[in-house]
Amino acid sequence: MSTSFQQGITVLKKVIDAPIAAYFSSCTSCGLCAQACIFYTETGNPKYTPIRRVEPMRRIWEQEFTLVGKAKKLLGLSKPVTEQDLRDTVELAFESCTTCGRCSMVCPAGNDIVYMIRRMREGLTAAGLAPKSLQAAAVRTIEKGSVMGFPLKTLESMIQAAEKETGIKINVDEPNVDYLLLLSSAEVMQFNEIIGALAQIFKEAGVTWTFSSEAYEAGNPGMHMGASEVEAQMINRIVKAAEQLHIKNVISPECGHAYMAIRWEGPNVIGRPYPFKVFHIIEVLDKLRAEGRLKTTGLEDERITFHDPCQAARRGGVNEPQRNLLNMVTSNFIEMEDNRSCNWCCGGGGGMNTIESAEPLVRKVFNRKKKQIDELDVTTVVTMCATCRNTLEEGIEENNMNVEVLGLTELLANHLLKEKKS
Amino acid sequence: MNEIELLNWARGPGLAYATAIMFFGLTLRVIEILSLGRPEELAEVRDSGVRDGWMMILKRSLPEVKHWKYITASYIFHIGLLVVIFFFIPHTHLFRDVFGIFWGGWPNYIIDFFTVLSIAAMLYTLVARFYDPSRRILSKMSDYLAWLVTFLPLVTGYMAFHRLGFDYTTMLAVHILSVELLMIAIPVSKLTHVVTFTMARWYTGSNQGRRGVRS
Repeated sequence: MSTSFQQGITVLKKVIDAPIAAYFSSCTSCGLCAQACIFYTETGNPKYTPIRRVEPMRRIWEQEFTLVGKAKKLLGLSKPVTEQDLRDTVELAFESCTTCGRCSMVCPAGNDIVYMIRRMREGLTAAGLAPKSLQAAAVRTIEKGSVMGFPLKTLESMIQAAEKETGIKINVDEPNVDYLLLLSSAEVMQFNEIIGALAQIFKEAGVTWTFSSEAYEAGNPGMHMGASEVEAQMINRIVKAAEQLHIKNVISPECGHAYMAIRWEGPNVIGRPYPFKVFHIIEVLDKLRAEGRLKTTGLEDERITFHDPCQAARRGGVNEPQRNLLNMVTSNFIEMEDNRSCNWCCGGGGGMNTIESAEPLVRKVFNRKKKQIDELDVTTVVTMCATCRNTLEEGIEENNMNVEVLGLTELLANHLLKEKKS
Repeated sequence: MNEIELLNWARGPGLAYATAIMFFGLTLRVIEILSLGRPEELAEVRDSGVRDGWMMILKRSLPEVKHWKYITASYIFHIGLLVVIFFFIPHTHLFRDVFGIFWGGWPNYIIDFFTVLSIAAMLYTLVARFYDPSRRILSKMSDYLAWLVTFLPLVTGYMAFHRLGFDYTTMLAVHILSVELLMIAIPVSKLTHVVTFTMARWYTGSNQGRRGVRS
C-alpha cells in the first residue's frame, strides 16, 4: 500500500461520516472521557484524554464539512493539519489506546469516541505512520498466514499433539461440517490446549467441525492498523475457505479483536454480507449448553472472577453467554465491580501488546486490573481472549499476585462430562 | 437611540433576527451532518438498534453517580437553565405570544433560587476548566466563549429582575440582547450540542443495539 501525508489527509476526509460529524458537533470538551480511560486514570497525564486522540480529524471536519469552518479557512483563521500534527497523534491513537471503548460509555453527548479513534488510525496508516511492529505483523499475516508468522506446519503439529492426547481425530479442510474453527496466533503458540479442549467438547456435543489449511488465523492486524485493505484480505481468506468447504458457521476463537474483525467489521470491509454466520466460541458453547448438548460435572468452589474482553463484550455484544457457562462449573463466581460493557480493559488490546515502545505503559496501566482483582481476593481470573489472557498473566506475574488465569473454554473442558467413548 | 428604543429593537427586530439565525443555522448544521451519510451495516445484526438508539437518547441523560464530582455542577446548571428559560412567568408569556402554547410559570422565588444556583454552578464549571487537567488541556478559546455567552443571560436576567446595574429598561434590553447573542452563538459554536446530542446518542445507541450491547 502506498502511503503519504496527502493520502492520510484524503483518508481522514473520506472516513468522516454523519456519526462523526454529530460527535464533533456535540463534544463540549467536558473531559469526562478521561475518567473512563485507564491511560488517564493510571497515569494522571491529561494528554491521554480520549477525545484529544482525534484532534487532527476534528480540525479537518471543521474546516471541510462545516460552513463556519469553511468561512474561517477562507479568512485564514484556521490552522491546516500538518504532517507533524499527524506524527504527534501516533502516540495518542496507537501507543496509548487499546480502543477498548470505555470512553464511549460515559460521554454525556453519547459520542462513540473509539469509533473515531479507529478512523483516525486509518488516516495515520494511510500517511505511512502506523507503528512498525503492527506493520510487520500485517506483513507476516499476509505472507505467512498467521500474525506471529508461523506456518501451517506449526498448527498441524499442534493438531497432531492434541489428537494424540485426546484420541480424537481433528479435521482439516473437511467440507460440509457444522463449523469452521479459527484460532488466534497466541492460542496456537501459547494456549494450544484449547485445540484438545474443543475437540473433546465438540465430540461430546456431537458437533462436526474442521480447520482450514487456507484460513486458520483469526487475528487481524489490519484492523488494529486501520488498514482496511489488509483487513479485507484476511477476511476474504476466511470467506473463501468457508465457501469452498460449504460451511455455514464460522467460529471466532477466544480473541476479542478477531471477533470484532470477523463478526462485525468483516462484511463491511469486504463490501458484502457473508454467506455464513459468525459466532464467538463462547456463544457456540452457550448455545450447546442451552440445547443440553454441553454437559459438565463438578464445580470449582474457589473464588473465581471473570474479565470481559472489550471487543467481545463491550463492543461486540457477548456479555451473558460467558456467565451462563461460568455458572455451570463454578459455585463461587464473583463479578468484578465494573463488568460487562463497563469493564476495565486489561491494557494490552488494540495492538498495544504488539507495539514494543508501549510496553512500559501497558505494565503501568495494568494497575487498574490489579486493583480490581485484589479487591475480590480471588484465586482465578477466567477470560475469553488470548490477548487479555497474555496481558493478565504477565501483569499478575510481574506484580507477584497469587492468581491463576484460565481461558473459559479450557475451564469448561476440565469439567466436561464424558459419555461417549472415544 | 435611547433605552426605550434599544429595548424595542431588542424585543422586536433583534429577537426576530436572532430566532431566524438560530433556527436556520441549526437546520443547516443538521443538514451538514446528515448529508455525510452513514455507512450501511452489512454484518448480520442482532437487533434493528432502534430501541437502543432511543434508550441511549434518554438514558445518557441520567447521572452516572460514580462520576458525581465531575458532573454535579453541569447537571445543576443545565436543569437550572431550563427551569429559568421555560418557567419564569414573563418567559412563558413570551412563548405563549409566539407559539400560542401556555404551560404556566413558577413563582419568582423558585426561579430566583434556580438562577442563583445555575450561576454558582456555571462559575464552578469555569473554575474546573482551569483546575481539572483533562478539561484544561481540551479547552480552547471557543469553549470559554461558549461559556461566556451562556453565562451572560443568567446574570443579566438576575440583575434586571433585582433592579441591579443600569436602570431597569436598559438592563432588560441588555438581558434580551445577551439572549440573542446566545441564540446566534448556538449554531456556530459547540453550543450546537443542544440539538446534535440527540443525533450523536442515536448513532451510538443504535450501533450498539445492532451488536447486542444494551444502551
